[in-house]
Amino acid sequence: MSTSTETTGTRAPRAATAGRRKAAGGGPRRVRRLSRRDKIVLAVMVGVPTLIQLLLIWIPTLLSIFLSFMRWNGLSLADIKAAGLANYAYVFNDSPAFWPAVQHNILWLLFLAVVATPLGLLLAVLLDQQIRGSKIYQSVFFIPVMLSLALIGIIWQLFYQRDHGLLNFLLGTAGTPQAVDWFGDSSVNIWAAMVAATWRHAGYVMILYLAGLKGVDPSLKEAAALDGANATQTFFRIVFPAMAPINIVIVVITIIESLRAFDVVWVINKGTNGLELISALVITYLVGEGQSIGIGSAFAVILLVISLVPITIYLSRVFGKEKKP
Amino acid sequence: MATNEDRSAFGTPRPGMDRRTLLKTLGVGAVGIAGIPLLAACTGGTAPGAGATTSSSLTFGSGSSDDVPKAAYKAVTDAFTKKTNITVKTNVVPHNDFQNKISTYLQGSPDDAFTWFAGYRMQYYAAKGLLAPIDDVWQKVGANYSDAMKKASTGADGKMYFVPNYNYPWGFFYRKSLWAEKGYEVPTTFDALKTLCAKMKAGGLIPIEFADKDGWPAMGTFDYINMRLNGYQFHMDLTAHKESWDQKKVSDVFDTWKALLPYQNPAALGMTWQDAAISLGQKKSGMYLLGSFVTQQFTDKAILDDIDFFPFPAIAMEGQDAVEAPIDGLLLSKKGGENQAARDFMQFMGTPEGQDAYAKVDPSNIATAKGADTSSFSPLNKKCAQVIADAKSISQFFDRDALPAMANNVMIPALQGFIKDGTVDVKNLESQAKALYAAQ
Repeated sequence: MSTSTETTGTRAPRAATAGRRKAAGGGPRRVRRLSRRDKIVLAVMVGVPTLIQLLLIWIPTLLSIFLSFMRWNGLSLADIKAAGLANYAYVFNDSPAFWPAVQHNILWLLFLAVVATPLGLLLAVLLDQQIRGSKIYQSVFFIPVMLSLALIGIIWQLFYQRDHGLLNFLLGTAGTPQAVDWFGDSSVNIWAAMVAATWRHAGYVMILYLAGLKGVDPSLKEAAALDGANATQTFFRIVFPAMAPINIVIVVITIIESLRAFDVVWVINKGTNGLELISALVITYLVGEGQSIGIGSAFAVILLVISLVPITIYLSRVFGKEKKP
Repeated sequence: MATNEDRSAFGTPRPGMDRRTLLKTLGVGAVGIAGIPLLAACTGGTAPGAGATTSSSLTFGSGSSDDVPKAAYKAVTDAFTKKTNITVKTNVVPHNDFQNKISTYLQGSPDDAFTWFAGYRMQYYAAKGLLAPIDDVWQKVGANYSDAMKKASTGADGKMYFVPNYNYPWGFFYRKSLWAEKGYEVPTTFDALKTLCAKMKAGGLIPIEFADKDGWPAMGTFDYINMRLNGYQFHMDLTAHKESWDQKKVSDVFDTWKALLPYQNPAALGMTWQDAAISLGQKKSGMYLLGSFVTQQFTDKAILDDIDFFPFPAIAMEGQDAVEAPIDGLLLSKKGGENQAARDFMQFMGTPEGQDAYAKVDPSNIATAKGADTSSFSPLNKKCAQVIADAKSISQFFDRDALPAMANNVMIPALQGFIKDGTVDVKNLESQAKALYAAQ
C-alpha cells in the first residue's frame, strides 16, 4: 500500500509543475530538486518493489476476491462459473467449522496477548540485565522461531503423545486410562496448541523488545533513579512508554500471528476436532486434493477482511504521525 | 487417496507444506494456483516428441516414490523393455506432490502412462477428457481380471480406462494366539460381532482398536456399515452424490455404528493408525478394522505370523459380498493414447508376467491379475487374495470413491464429531455435499 501511494505522490506534483510551466511559461517556484539521474534511480527503486507487490500481492488478492464469487474445479478456465454469494452462504451457514474457527482465532489472540507477549517482554527485561550467559539464553529462547514446521511437529509429539509422551509421563498418568489425551480431546487440544505457539511467539517478542530496550536512552533511567523511582516504577513509567514504537509493532505482530496461527495446528491434525482455525480452513479448501477453489477463496477473503482491521489502524497511526510536523 | 500417502507419514506434515507454502497460499492465492501449470510444465520432464508418434519408447510418470514401490516399478519397466525392446523413461515424483498436482499435471504435459487409483478420481478425469480409453487393451487382458476388477476400471461412460496392478483389502485383523487362548470365534453377523465385543470388554480388552487423529481411518467403518446395510450400489451412488445424505438410509448407518462405538478405542481421536497397530500387537485390544497395510507395523516376525484377518460381518444386505480393497494401477493420459508403445505397456501391466515382476520386489500387496504367482504368499496374503477374489463388488474406500473435497473437508470433521459424541447432522452433510459437488 505504501509504495503505491508514494508513486502517485511523486508523479502528481511533477505533472502539476509541467502543466504550470506550459501555461505560465515558467514561474518563480520552478525549482529542480532532483537531477535526471536521481529521477531514474528513484523510479527504479520505487517501481520495482511496486511491480513485485502488484504481482505477488495485489493481483492475487483481487483474483481471490473474484474467485470467491465463482465455482471452479481448478481445471480449465472455461469451467469457471458464477456462483453469486453461494460460497459465502456455504461458509456462514453450512460449514460447521467456520464459527468454531472464528472463536478459536479470538481465543488465540487473547492467549497470545495475555500470556505469550507479556512472557516475551519478561524474558527480554530479564535478559537485558547484565547477567552471565545472556547471549546463550537469548539463543535458546529464539531457536523455536527458526525451527521448521516438521521439527516442531516432532518435538511436540514427543511431549504430548498420550501413552509415551513426556507430559503424561511427568504427570504419572502415562499408559493409564487417566492419561490426558492432549491431541485428541477437543476440550484440551486447543490449549496444548496455544502453549506450543507461545513457545515460538515469546521468543519472537523477546528479540524485538531486547532491541527496543537497547534503544532506550540510559540517561532516562539514571534521571528516574536520581528522582527516587524504584525499578518497577522506572520500567512502567519511563522505559515502557519510551518504547512506544516497538509496542505498536508488537501489538500488530501479536494480532497478525493470531490470524496466521496455523503451523502447530496443521501438524497436530490439519485443523479438525477442536483445532479449527480460519487459516487452516483456507489451506484445506485451496491446496491439495480437497480443493474447492470458490469456497477456499471465500475463506481467504474473510480472513483478509479481518486482517485489514488491525492493518488499517496501524497504518492510519503511522501515516497520521507523519502528517504532523 | 489419503490412505496411501498417510500410511507412511507417521503424523508428520506433508512435505512441502512449510511456511512458504502457507504464505504462497494466503498471500499469493490465486496466482499460486495459476502458476502451477507452468511449474508442472517445467517439471513434467517429458521429452516432447519422444513418444508421441514413434512406437519405440514411452514415458511413464510414477507417484510411487518410496524405495520399495519405486524399485518394483523399475522391475516392471525393465521386464517390459527386455521383452519388447521398447524403452521406458520413468519420471518419479514424490507421492504427495503427484497426488496434489494431478489436475495441473494432466493439463500440462503428462507422461504417456502414469500411476493412479481406481474410483471417482479416475472417472472424474476420464469424464473431463484428460485420459485415453483403453478398451483395446482390455480386450487382450480382460480375461485376467475378475468382474469386480473390471467394474472398478470402468469410466462413467462405460469405456475402460484403468489397468489394475495390486490392491489390499480392509477387514478385521487380530492375533490368532489371543483368540485361541480366550476361545473367541470369528463373527459372521453383526450381532455376533456385538456379542464378541461385549465378551472382550468384560475380559478387560479394548474390543475394537480404533484410531482417527488423521481422520481417514474412520471412513473404513462408515463404508463397511453402509455397504452391509444399504448395499454396494448405494455406497457408489452416495459417494457420487446421486443419493442424498439427508435420508434415513444414511442416518441408519450412524445409528448402527452407535452400537459399536462403546467397543471402539475411546482414545481414537488422539491416535494414529500406527499407535493403534502397536496396541493390537501388544494384545491390548481384540481386533482392528484397517487395510492389510497394518501388517507393515509388525516388524517382529513372530507377531506377524500370528496375525489373521476376517471380513466385515454381514448386517442386512448382500451378506459379505462387498469388500473394501483400494486398487492401485495405471492410467493412460490423453497424449499417451496416441502412442502404441504406451498401450503395449498398459497391456503388459495387465498380465501375470508384469504383475509378478512388480510383486517380486514389493510383496506387501496383492497382485490383481489371475494367474499371478502366489507361491511366495504368506498364509495371510493368500487369505486376503481369496477374499478379494470371492468379492462380488470392490469398493475403493471413501476418499477414493467420493469427491476429495467431500472426503477431506466434510467427512473427516463429521466422523470425528460422531466419534466424540455420537451425533451427526446429516442435513448439514447434504447441504455441504450439494455445494461441493456443484463446483465440479
